Amino acid sequence: MFREITLGQYYQTDSLLHRLDPRVKVAGVFFYIISLFLIDRFAGYLAAGAFLFAAVALSRVPFRYILNGMRPVLFLLSITVLFNLFLTPGEHVLWRFWRLQLTMEGGRFALKMAFRLIFLITASTLMTLTTTPNQMTDALEKLLRPLRRLHVPVHEIAMMMSIALRFIPILTEELDKIQKAQMARGADFESGGLLARVRAMVPLLVPLFIAAFRRANDLAMAMEARCYRGGEGRTRMKPLRYQRRDGVAYLVLILYFAAAAATRAVPF
Amino acid sequence: MILTKGLIHNYTKKDDEGNTLSVIRALDGVDIEVKAGEFVAILGHNGSGKSTLAKHINALLYPSGGEVWVDGMNTEDAEKLWEIRQRAGMIFQNPDNQIIGQIVEEDVGFGPENLGVPTQEIRERVDESLKAVGMLEYREKSPNRLSGGQKQRVSIAGVIAMHPGCIIMDEPTAMLDPSGRKEVIRAARALNDVERITILLITHYMEEVIYASRVIVMDGGRIAMQGTPREVFSHVEKLKALHLDVPAATELAYILKKNGLALPDGILTKEELAAALKPYFSASGQESEQGEHVNPGREC
Repeated sequence: MFREITLGQYYQTDSLLHRLDPRVKVAGVFFYIISLFLIDRFAGYLAAGAFLFAAVALSRVPFRYILNGMRPVLFLLSITVLFNLFLTPGEHVLWRFWRLQLTMEGGRFALKMAFRLIFLITASTLMTLTTTPNQMTDALEKLLRPLRRLHVPVHEIAMMMSIALRFIPILTEELDKIQKAQMARGADFESGGLLARVRAMVPLLVPLFIAAFRRANDLAMAMEARCYRGGEGRTRMKPLRYQRRDGVAYLVLILYFAAAAATRAVPF
Repeated sequence: MILTKGLIHNYTKKDDEGNTLSVIRALDGVDIEVKAGEFVAILGHNGSGKSTLAKHINALLYPSGGEVWVDGMNTEDAEKLWEIRQRAGMIFQNPDNQIIGQIVEEDVGFGPENLGVPTQEIRERVDESLKAVGMLEYREKSPNRLSGGQKQRVSIAGVIAMHPGCIIMDEPTAMLDPSGRKEVIRAARALNDVERITILLITHYMEEVIYASRVIVMDGGRIAMQGTPREVFSHVEKLKALHLDVPAATELAYILKKNGLALPDGILTKEELAAALKPYFSASGQESEQGEHVNPGREC
């Protein structure tokens, strides 16, 4: 039951997008999302869609993986679209029932909203599919480095994230074990209403938390024994280094961003 | 290499206001000296203070009394803290709780990264260390996919990559299956033989102790016995009084001897026992058949 939890569904293959420096990808997704909220014309969405389509094609990730990423947010997506479709006031009313009205403006807005959300989710799914969790934490540590001036413990946050990622499978296994042990003694996790089932989880979580704290204590000691003393003076075994392709990717990104911003001036 | 003088350690339990509730003396005047290149095993039942002693050598704990010296450095010298931890590596019991990296080679690189070793040299050290424990082919695997013995070998590689003078292993095999135990002990012996790294092995498995150059038996925070494995295991009764088992072959030899067979003291392995029993079996064919039943039942 708990085995299915995975974080960062990385798809292993060799493609240009996989080989790009993770910093480029994180920055790319960040600016792409900004561009989605910047553009306002259908020409802009066309540009955004074309850019995304090119990226997906370059990633060599099968299309169904990207569609899978869409599934959990399908509900949210349909609610957003429906609300915008029926609750947007406008002059060109096409159909009216009680407080619901279908207007030209509403239709247009709902369509834009749908594009925005679909593109946004596809772009971030594409990033997690082509970047290992490890590369992601490395990239975040590097990109957020300027925040250290503001006394944000950037290195520590990145270290915590990567340790959390390492322990997810271990703790899921532990949870599985605890659950089996309690089922063997007659605990029931399957029947009853929602409330009963949630209540049945409590005896699972208490031992899990205790075990997690114990592990954390051990791990801290093991890290100290291996001379860990924070980010100061630490070297990296696999430092992030920009290649030529990363420079090209940044250039493409800037060009796209300029084009997307320029579409605001287009009539459609 | 390692020297403790009258080492005392108290675990103090305090209440919220800082009043002392109870004091447990875990170490009560321990003097040990381990020379470079030795393979020392520390034995003792639960609560005998052996793990506490191990943590003192790595400066994870500080003495309540007495002194600990590692390579001529006092562990209470705050300036030498990181040098001590680099010189005296530590392996813990639970392999899952000491692997930090998500990929084997990244975990092995964690120690050198902390020491500020240049990137190129980290790579070399990682390769060397993984080769030394025979895990080089797993370098790109996730630690979660490895067996317990393999994980523990990765942990050992992670310590070797820091180029320590000695490695303290705190019950490294307690959570492993028999084949995993063998893997780890084999790796430890190889490091001692080939790389001349001093090993301090804390364990309660007697079979792992027989390869040590010296055995220290602890009880109640003190050293109860000390000597070569042969010397220590010739005092079977004294060990039993300390709630310790002896290796299966030693135990069998002890029982046989008590029942009138003239066997030498301090038999450690099946092979030695077989050799010592040979004169009895060659005397008559009948007894030899009985002997067949003795050995397989006591497989260790």
